[in-house]
Amino acid sequence: MTSSTTFGSKAARVRAAGEPALVVEHLTKHFGSRIALDDVCFEVEQGEVFGLLGPNGAGKTTMIRILGTLIKPTFGNATVTGISLSRETGSEIRARISIMPETPGLYLRLTVWENLECFAGLYQLSHVNERIRKALASVNLADRQNELCGSLSKGLRQRVALARSLLSDPAVLFLDEPTSGLDPVAAHEVHDLIGALREHGVTTLVTTHRLEEAERLCDRVAIVNTKLLLVGKPDTLRADLFSRKLEVRLSSRLRDPSRVFSEVLGVKHWEEPEAGSYLLDVEDPDLVAPPLIRTLVGCGADVLAVGERRHSLEDVYLQLIGDGAGERK
Amino acid sequence: MTFSWHRVGAIVKKELKDYRRNRFVVILTMTVLPLVFVLLPVIQLFTIRVSEISSSKLDTRIGISLLYMLIVPAIIPSALSAYSVIGEREQGTLEPLLTTPIRSEELLVGKALAVSIPTLVVAYAIYGIFLIAVGAFANPALQVVVFGQAHLLVELLFIPLLAGWSIWVGIAISTRSADVRVAQQLSVFASLAPLIIVALLALNVIKPTLVLTLLLAAGLLVLDSVGWRLVALMFDRERLIVGEPR
Ligand SMILES: Nc1ncnc2c1ncn2[C@@H]1O[C@H](COP(=O)(O)OP(=O)(O)OP(=O)(O)O)[C@@H](O)[C@H]1O
Ligand SMILES: [Mg+2]
Repeated sequence: MTSSTTFGSKAARVRAAGEPALVVEHLTKHFGSRIALDDVCFEVEQGEVFGLLGPNGAGKTTMIRILGTLIKPTFGNATVTGISLSRETGSEIRARISIMPETPGLYLRLTVWENLECFAGLYQLSHVNERIRKALASVNLADRQNELCGSLSKGLRQRVALARSLLSDPAVLFLDEPTSGLDPVAAHEVHDLIGALREHGVTTLVTTHRLEEAERLCDRVAIVNTKLLLVGKPDTLRADLFSRKLEVRLSSRLRDPSRVFSEVLGVKHWEEPEAGSYLLDVEDPDLVAPPLIRTLVGCGADVLAVGERRHSLEDVYLQLIGDGAGERK
Repeated sequence: MTFSWHRVGAIVKKELKDYRRNRFVVILTMTVLPLVFVLLPVIQLFTIRVSEISSSKLDTRIGISLLYMLIVPAIIPSALSAYSVIGEREQGTLEPLLTTPIRSEELLVGKALAVSIPTLVVAYAIYGIFLIAVGAFANPALQVVVFGQAHLLVELLFIPLLAGWSIWVGIAISTRSADVRVAQQLSVFASLAPLIIVALLALNVIKPTLVLTLLLAAGLLVLDSVGWRLVALMFDRERLIVGEPR
């Protein structure tokens, strides 16, 4: 524990440089007989954008609620910005973080500005007007500040909630499905915003169902389904789970593909998913591609394309969750 | 971190803005209650026949009309404070609110203050209008009793004390119930409980001595001032976030 109470400032953020922003140790949460989280451990470094992926009911929201001191873990512990979760530290932790919940939860009879003003008061912020203006500008809502929240569309409400969570300049930001309900342009803006926050050293934990979003945004992702299944960089996860593949497209089928591919060093296995298209298992695509093309040209084939077949995070996810997701209601 | 009046203030400000734009609250506090609770006691007093003026019936009539004045500070809070926590929960605003550094005690005190402001304004305003009506138009024999020290003391003292009781009972019910309507009905009943004793005093069933009045006032004062601690103990963040919705 530290005695620093200047939250959100640079001082708070780097106050223990090198110390992880989040340490999750054996977190377990039971709701009656239902197990929502089971012995989950991971760490998130300062300034990292960390993705929490998992099917519906995997425990993502539960994880955020525990780390945000809203509910208590059944077993295990966690430290948030260096402070251990406990009854006494709740208010102190909450002053350093902010959470954007799954549903925006705005006061519908209050205007956008008044909603943010209330929260600025609850975080005891100074320079309130300036901060509100900045937060609204960052989600492109400056021109709607005097409208009642009740008259805003779902996506706009989502953006007000995001602005609200940026107000206090948090050291750790929790975003529970921040882009659900947003149109592609708005979702893209949220991605840019998260990128900009990363530049400012804000640690972000984001849950999402959009795998391409996680892949684009996150330095590391954790795949959970009650238990922690896997955690790592998207690239590493891919490489660990799948062998690398070269995809070759020709204008017509090879007469004797076995002979052609056996001439090229480094091709371990091949298949022909459609006529004239070949998938090759290789050690290193960069080393294999040039001799492969020479060999193909040498035996008279017209090469249309040669490229690495990239496995998306979605493939990783489906491989891990697989039919397991179907078993859960 | 210690108790912050700044955060309490943020809650009060937000609640008052919300009330102002809530048609139910505005109509209840600005039209229905003033109309009913000015008219009823005025009718009580202005329909007294001359023959009754010197009888004991006079005391009863005045007792009833002053009792009406005390129903107001009991009724307004039970509608507003019963809504305070469960209402936020149903709107989905409770979770974001609880993710801020606010402490349970601060939230509860802020809610209670916010309810007490319109309550006291309306209750004293109604009493004021009643006094003006009596002063201007009533029989002088009535005026002597209504403006008598004993009655003035009871009204001035019991308006805030009864309001305080209703507020804490309403908030307590609100933190524990699963439905806004049930919470409001329960808290109307609960808020009327101390009025029964006041009614017995007003109607001379229990002899209203100064000592008894002050004892009752002191009892309510104690309850009002420990109310926030008791309610804070009942305030269970986890249950409010994940508990059975209804
Ligand atoms: N209040 C509750 N009472 C009982 N069970 C609960 C409660 N809240 C959550 N659960 C259960 O805990 C598990 C995890 O829920 P959680 O909301 O954390 O999932 P999630 O990963 O956020 O799902 P989604 O992607 O749908 O938002 C689910 O099985 C859910 O039914
Ligand atoms: Mg969720």
